[in-house]
Amino acid sequence: MRMLSRNATFNSHGQDSSYFLGWQEYEKNPYHEVHNTNGIIQMGLAENQLCFDLLESWLAKNPEAAAFKKNGESIFAELALFQDYHGLPAFKKAMVDFMAEIRGNKVTLDPNHLVLTAGATSANETFIFCLADPGEAVLIPTPYYPGFDRDLKWRTGVEIVPIHCTSSNGFQITETTLEEAYQEAEKRNLRVKGVLVTNPSNPLGTTMTRNELYLLLSFVEDKGIHLISDEIYSGTAFSSPSFISVMEVLKDRNCDKNSEVWQRVHVVYSLSKDLGLPGFRVGAIYSNDDMVVAAATKMSSFGLVSSQTQHLLSAMLSDKKLTKNYIAENHKRLKQRQKNLVSGLQKAGISCLNGNAGLFCWVDMRHLLRSNTFEAEMELWKKIVYEVHLNISPGSSCHCTEPGWFRVCFANLPERTLDLAMQRLKAFVGEYYNVPEVNGRSQSSHLSHSRGQSLTKWVSRLSFDDRCSIHGR
Amino acid sequence: MLSRKASCDSHGQDSSYFLGWQEYEKNPYDQVKNPNGIIQMGLAENQLSFDRIESWLASNPDALELKRNRESVFRELALFQDYNGFPAFKNEMVEFMANMRGNKVKFDPSKLVLTAGSTSANETLMFCLADPGEAFLLPIPYYPGFDRDLKWRTGVEIVPIKCTSENGYKITESALQEAYQQAQKFNLKVKGVLVTNPSNPLGTTMTRLELNHLIDFAMEKEIHIISDEIYSGTVFNSPSFISIAEALTERNLEDDEVWNRCHIVYSLSKDLGLPGFRVGMIYSNNQTVVSAATKMSSFGLVSSQTQYTLSQMLKDKKFTANYMKENQRRLKRRKEMLVCGLKGAGIRCLESNAGLFCWVDMRHLLRSNTFEAEKELWKKVVCEFGLNISPGSSCHCSEPGWFRMCFANMSEETLMVAMQRVKALVDSTIVHQQTGLSKSRWLKSKWVFQLASYEREPDR
Repeated sequence: MRMLSRNATFNSHGQDSSYFLGWQEYEKNPYHEVHNTNGIIQMGLAENQLCFDLLESWLAKNPEAAAFKKNGESIFAELALFQDYHGLPAFKKAMVDFMAEIRGNKVTLDPNHLVLTAGATSANETFIFCLADPGEAVLIPTPYYPGFDRDLKWRTGVEIVPIHCTSSNGFQITETTLEEAYQEAEKRNLRVKGVLVTNPSNPLGTTMTRNELYLLLSFVEDKGIHLISDEIYSGTAFSSPSFISVMEVLKDRNCDKNSEVWQRVHVVYSLSKDLGLPGFRVGAIYSNDDMVVAAATKMSSFGLVSSQTQHLLSAMLSDKKLTKNYIAENHKRLKQRQKNLVSGLQKAGISCLNGNAGLFCWVDMRHLLRSNTFEAEMELWKKIVYEVHLNISPGSSCHCTEPGWFRVCFANLPERTLDLAMQRLKAFVGEYYNVPEVNGRSQSSHLSHSRGQSLTKWVSRLSFDDRCSIHGR
Repeated sequence: MLSRKASCDSHGQDSSYFLGWQEYEKNPYDQVKNPNGIIQMGLAENQLSFDRIESWLASNPDALELKRNRESVFRELALFQDYNGFPAFKNEMVEFMANMRGNKVKFDPSKLVLTAGSTSANETLMFCLADPGEAFLLPIPYYPGFDRDLKWRTGVEIVPIKCTSENGYKITESALQEAYQQAQKFNLKVKGVLVTNPSNPLGTTMTRLELNHLIDFAMEKEIHIISDEIYSGTVFNSPSFISIAEALTERNLEDDEVWNRCHIVYSLSKDLGLPGFRVGMIYSNNQTVVSAATKMSSFGLVSSQTQYTLSQMLKDKKFTANYMKENQRRLKRRKEMLVCGLKGAGIRCLESNAGLFCWVDMRHLLRSNTFEAEKELWKKVVCEFGLNISPGSSCHCSEPGWFRMCFANMSEETLMVAMQRVKALVDSTIVHQQTGLSKSRWLKSKWVFQLASYEREPDR
């Protein structure tokens, strides 16, 4: 008899992806400014480390928030006992206000429609448990966050069917690609329950256009299915066009609050990216459907947010001066940092998708591929990890249909480290490839492997090794 | 439109167990503001020793302010989302757990998986050990929340192991075998047994004999044992607590296959009274289980802020030793108050040595030896006498008339008031029995009982 469950024994957790191999290599040999200057620079981690100083200084001025106090009185006992899955009311209010603020106050959100979860990872899985049965499917535009393969499919038994987006139109969703995905699902005998989009997009770093959002809404209305909009990067939209939430479009279209489509549009949020607090495990589900809210609330029992954390963040987010200043400063710093990355890449003869949000760029290295294949992409990626010592994420791990795209993060490292990374990349491109604008000399071939280190000292293991513990996006 | 899980009521929260909470929330007792309200005795919370923790926190500001040697570690914690857990915290946890077991066993932090509460730990173990349609055996009576935690999203079934008051609800070899056969009759593949030790709702610890029966059974059937030991720190009287880990070690089973099939669930919600902080964990010697459970913990990690604060607190061994001792002393005293108060009303309890509640025998107050009569009595207790207690049927008890009453979630004064009300209840029942008045005089029609689903968290 099988001792453990299928969930435990198969690798359906999706963590055998090469995405995690890069992390593994990084952990063996992490870059350090002083102790390990030749180490691997981590550019595969979508963390926002740019604005901690603002939060730290707020904490220093507001010690009560962390100290279990409210108006000078200890509320320790109250918090220690608070395990109500409806969440701390003050915190939920602060959350919806913050979410509305990020959306330029163009929408009003009701705290009773918000369900708190231990991170967006938990929120996404919970949504799938609520909206689909095992064997059913959700459509997701490619490229998408590799973690979805685990978060949405593993324990739920739900399938993902890709909506194939390509660089021909900047990876935007079209009517055709939506229909094609739906038909693909039908061909596979999979009942489609909904579409899940990430807006702003991970890994593209772009916000969805109003047109795309209208298309989506028409599509889900037409098919009678759900729309989940994962908006965890909504606070990182640093450049125009400004971020448009699906909630805003619903309002725009004068969708009747009692209409079916209103009930079938849901949002996922989290403080991991906008506030840079992935360790605190704060995620949320927002839905206009009372039944979904009710079911998700009960399910949140399996991943509640620590009351200690709810208290601290409710105080923080209730400080409107802080939130206003933080949102503006966060945009400013992210914009500058992205600019530095784009410019550094340009100097190496590499271009990116025009991005206006997120913590990363979607980088075009197709011209550096030996051939227009995923094997060539893997080859290039391994070179970049093992020789150039940069951990970046290959597009194939994000299910991109075109080889040669990579996600490169810019907000999780100091500026000088980013500069160093760009220098390494420039040197690498100059050494191996015929890129005249890089060094003005023509190289003999694109395939010069003989110079520099051989690959033999690196052992590529593609079997799953339990080293990868960071699952952040 | 929605999944089956979302639309049906398999979350188990339609149980009448939750009705009592609903009534309580409409009319909660307050010593000053609402002295006629309903007293909550259905919530297994430990409120007796907060002062100790509060005073420690006041003397150790670094723990809350997220500082280490007065330097801020905010940034480090804000970014820490490693599902392997904060090493300092796991190191302290295994020592804390070992101390609680009289250091008769040693635990390895690499075998500990942190989860957002034991609710998450239990569900995760189900996901790891059983497929939909398979089953776990659980001794009755058991915590009502298991119907949701173990079955809802996992699709796993629970088959009860029948325990009765005849022998103090001890698990017997024959009860285990009968349960197994019952499962087979239903074509359910049994993957393991889950026990809560100390028991909720009984408040008793398992004997060495019971543990050995359990181990023998698991060896014979080649199945798992999950030992939910979240109340292990609440053992305030002899016999002392024996963990499954100790029982296995005593029998030198470290090299036996059964060693890899025994898993412990723990939490800080009961012993330290911190359910709001969501700190649970799985301990397993099985590397595959640890590995799978670790990845699954992504769906319910413990806040790094909380891991840090508690790692600092548990590091203070003098504090934890004193706390545990004092906590047990206060629990013992409070339990004795309850037992005494009930005795004064002619009501007995199961002899217990642990937990935050007593298992109370009110069979003699039933109109008849039926669950209908138990429900009647329960409604009377809640609605007429203002005590929210948990009826045995909600815990799947096979004998009508038993109730769980919590004693550690209220002040001493409130407990006294509760005992007075119990006395009044018993007196009224006796009068009723003596005068043979019809039931309708006692059932107040102003109470409307709804059995629709309630939005209430099933606290243990």
